[in-house]
Amino acid sequence: MKHIAPIRFGRVGVFVNGKITPMADQMLILTQTIRPKWLDRLVIALLAAAACVAILVTAGIVLSLVFETLQFFNKVPVMDFLFGLDWSPQTAIRADQVGAGGSFGAIPLINGTFLISAIAMAVATPLGLTSAVYLSEYATKRTRDWIKPTLEILAGIPTVVYGFFAALTVAPFIRMTGGQFGLEIASESALAAGIVMGIMILPLISSLSGDVINAVPQSLRDASYGLGATHSETIRRVVLPAALPGIAGSLLLAASRAIGETMIVLMAAGMAAKLTANPLEAVTTITVQIVALLTGDQEFDSAKTLSAFALGLLLFALTLCLNVIALGIVRKYREHYD
Amino acid sequence: MINFSKHAGFNLSRRHRAEQRFQWAGRFAILISLAFLVIMLGSIFRDASGVMRQSQIAVAVDLGPEAIDAADIANISFGKILKSAMRARFPDVMKRKDKKRLYNLVSPEASFEIKRQLTNDPALFGRVQTLWLTASDDLDLYLRGKIDTSLPENQRQISDAQIAWIKDLKQAGQIRRVVNWNFLTNGDSREPEIAGILSALVGSLFSLAVCFSLSFPIGIGAAIFLEEFAPTNRITSLIEVNINNLAAVPSIVFGLLGLSIFLGYFGLPRSSPLVGGMVLALMTLPTIIIAARAALKSVPPSFKQAALALGATPVQAVFHHVLPAALPGMLTGAIVGMAQALGETAPLLMIGMVAFIVDVPQSILEPATALPVQIFLWADSPERAFTEKTAAAIIVLLVLLIAMNLSVILLRRKLEQRF
Repeated sequence: MKHIAPIRFGRVGVFVNGKITPMADQMLILTQTIRPKWLDRLVIALLAAAACVAILVTAGIVLSLVFETLQFFNKVPVMDFLFGLDWSPQTAIRADQVGAGGSFGAIPLINGTFLISAIAMAVATPLGLTSAVYLSEYATKRTRDWIKPTLEILAGIPTVVYGFFAALTVAPFIRMTGGQFGLEIASESALAAGIVMGIMILPLISSLSGDVINAVPQSLRDASYGLGATHSETIRRVVLPAALPGIAGSLLLAASRAIGETMIVLMAAGMAAKLTANPLEAVTTITVQIVALLTGDQEFDSAKTLSAFALGLLLFALTLCLNVIALGIVRKYREHYD
Repeated sequence: MINFSKHAGFNLSRRHRAEQRFQWAGRFAILISLAFLVIMLGSIFRDASGVMRQSQIAVAVDLGPEAIDAADIANISFGKILKSAMRARFPDVMKRKDKKRLYNLVSPEASFEIKRQLTNDPALFGRVQTLWLTASDDLDLYLRGKIDTSLPENQRQISDAQIAWIKDLKQAGQIRRVVNWNFLTNGDSREPEIAGILSALVGSLFSLAVCFSLSFPIGIGAAIFLEEFAPTNRITSLIEVNINNLAAVPSIVFGLLGLSIFLGYFGLPRSSPLVGGMVLALMTLPTIIIAARAALKSVPPSFKQAALALGATPVQAVFHHVLPAALPGMLTGAIVGMAQALGETAPLLMIGMVAFIVDVPQSILEPATALPVQIFLWADSPERAFTEKTAAAIIVLLVLLIAMNLSVILLRRKLEQRF
């Protein structure tokens, strides 16, 4: 047993084997005997290795995508892929068949992806921003305490559930409503997928923008009130402009989420690769085509399979750009007011 | 001097009306979002309610010694026995087409049910026994009024003759509706009336187990390193930027990574929960790291300083004093990550966990599917009865997610320490 002894001669001592030794010395002995240095180094090295897994994952993503994509570009020219207007990746049964190679123009897919994402943003931006403003500027604490978690439920619902709802409830409803106005609406319209996706990204916009709005210093608001502005005038002329960079960042993050979303579009948007801006038609997206190309029977090294990786790289690059810009804006803005 | 009356904004009552409009726009936006949530959950619950119960038909099956050989269960054709039992119930059905319709009242799996009941209870052998067998999905839908009988006969799934038989059976008390436990205890099936979610549920649990055992230690290790030991240099900041960006990479890209590296390069078994769990682990890693770092940050530096002052090495100080204080926060972060992994579908499609799996997987190396993938597969099926199954599977998924999130809230409340 070791006991901490009373302080003698201004030093802390411990009893060890009936003798009083200066505590600092004793601790030094303890650490040197019980805890060899190499053990600590090993532990830290293991922790560092765990941290490096993050880099490995990114490297794995980039390398695997780039490697397969390069193989794809050996078979299909880069320009045909990036600027081609026709997407029909059929595999030929016979080598001499017409269109045996299939055509791999990604433009219709990019078009479809942006069309659906634009609809989603058009739904989510006004709803998300106004609810963020209301919750952080007007709502009482009690209202906020139950509405915020309820809205967050929307963020926790798996996307496959949204997809089911879009395909089986929203799409038929839109088709039926359109039918009453004499509109011809495809059963897998971009509109249905876009609206539901908008609801999915809504909580992301409202919570991120809410944080940004809360970060605007109270002194700005007080100054505006002092000049006689009403609450809403203060919000529109002072708070929102001050929060604008952060809000833009949150919108970019939401857009990147919409572009990368798979299940909703897979279940509700269909497979038809069309070059159209009409939200009532069926379009297809990059993610849908990746799934379509890689599920079911597949052979490695066929242009069809490899094209999925090229699409994956395109998607990764697109979302990465958006994320880097968005995170940069948000960080810069945060520093601005801290 | 400024002429205030020239400025439109000076009109006070108009400005106050604008204020009111602005507030109402906010309330309206929240209302729309909440209404969407309610409608979505409501429609799913409405669709799922049909799965709570299933229909059964009482069939008098001849298990007498002249019909079957009790010693040789494996070779008995239970389909034949079932068919003759149905014919005996309605002896005036003569035409081949009508007979086929008659057989279709019971599930195609009903003959296996007879076999199962006999194996469980050999005393049933020897005479005519009345057994309750699962009815077909069309019969079930008809009983619940989900089939529009005003349509012409060739446009609905159930014929006039079948309706007459069903009414006859019902009058004789030979149709009943029982609580549908099969949904929770069966694997997938081509027949909606007996399809269940057990195999998908087990597949999901296996994947989550793999995911947790990989991402929790790695995530916590990375967080401890970055928060406590990392030198401030370029590599550290590279790792930090990396983690933030990984959190926003579309999930399907992780599926592509799993396909080309885990399946293509390492040759791990396709469709297995092992690979599924590994992909999900990579996906949830950023979530766990970010949460764990926040938990470590919330531990006051005095804990570490006190330990260091008493002579502990930095590693001892972190592992004996900082880590225990941060563990509850790390755990809740991990549960949030697991909830995210449980609902994820797209990367699992990439690595082939999208197969038709009837049997419950026994290990993490066997082909399996996962709960959200099962939902996706059923949602694609054309039969009306599968739509109900999909909704019910969604409810099971949501219940699991709610349980996980509730445990996070409770854990936080219970273990929350203010330093």
